[in-house]
Amino acid sequence: MTERDPHEMVRRLLGPSEPELTCEACFEQLDRYVELELRGDDADAAVPGMHAHLEGCPACREDHASLRALLSG
Amino acid sequence: MTAIEAEGVSVVAVDQESRTWLDALSTAGPSRDAAVGRLHALLLRAARFEVGRRRAALAATGERELDDLAAQAADDALMAVLRKLDTFRGDSRFTTWAYKFALLEAAVKVRRRAWAQREVPLESEGWARLADRRGAPDTDAETNDLLRAIGAAIADALTPHQRAVLVAVALNDVPIDVLAERMSTTRGALYKTLHDARKALRAHLGREGYEIGASGQPGGRR
Repeated sequence: MTERDPHEMVRRLLGPSEPELTCEACFEQLDRYVELELRGDDADAAVPGMHAHLEGCPACREDHASLRALLSG
Repeated sequence: MTAIEAEGVSVVAVDQESRTWLDALSTAGPSRDAAVGRLHALLLRAARFEVGRRRAALAATGERELDDLAAQAADDALMAVLRKLDTFRGDSRFTTWAYKFALLEAAVKVRRRAWAQREVPLESEGWARLADRRGAPDTDAETNDLLRAIGAAIADALTPHQRAVLVAVALNDVPIDVLAERMSTTRGALYKTLHDARKALRAHLGREGYEIGASGQPGGRR
């Protein structure tokens, strides 16, 4: 077990408390969500549960960061 | 892209560029072949971008092998995009929608390659060390107490499968795609297990009198 910041450990173990999307729904909505974010629109209001899922799922969080970076580059 | 509310039904108008892509890819003939070629080039660019972002995870891998990985990802993404073409609803530009397939394929391939020679730790003791945790001097007492309680809850409130998935993903940083491959299941199914495990932990801690904030920060014990 890697020793890490205790608060980060709690966050990773307990995950988000709010309702969240599944990985499948996250992937389905990811393109729309990122375009809304990059336009400065309220992406979280348009895609409820996405923010919580990105907080809880490391793999989807990486996919989101990559799509944002690719479109921003 | 414009969302139009018509009698309660949301209809999304596909932008002109995306429409051109869809028409070219949907009509058999030389123009389709050319469009498939352009699409593959876009997907390869995205796959190379993703492999480049993650190259630190494959430090011992040569440039040629990395480019082969990106090419495989682009090929698989092309198949996925063409197979799912009729599910594109125009919620984003077509190219944004297509890029996500290439990024996913490349990311999964890099994670699996990075872990190919590594044993996936499915240890049962990691969480037990949480329960035995002595207060770290630079950590506040509430957080130390909560971590000990989480360790005990992992022992008491989770099934062995939930425990294995939670410890692997949340404590040992095993990528969920890699774990899914080793456990012969899907990323979505494993995330559901992780979600259920976290829910069970929160419920157990609640019964023990712990108040947990939305992002897991301790709110003390009642």
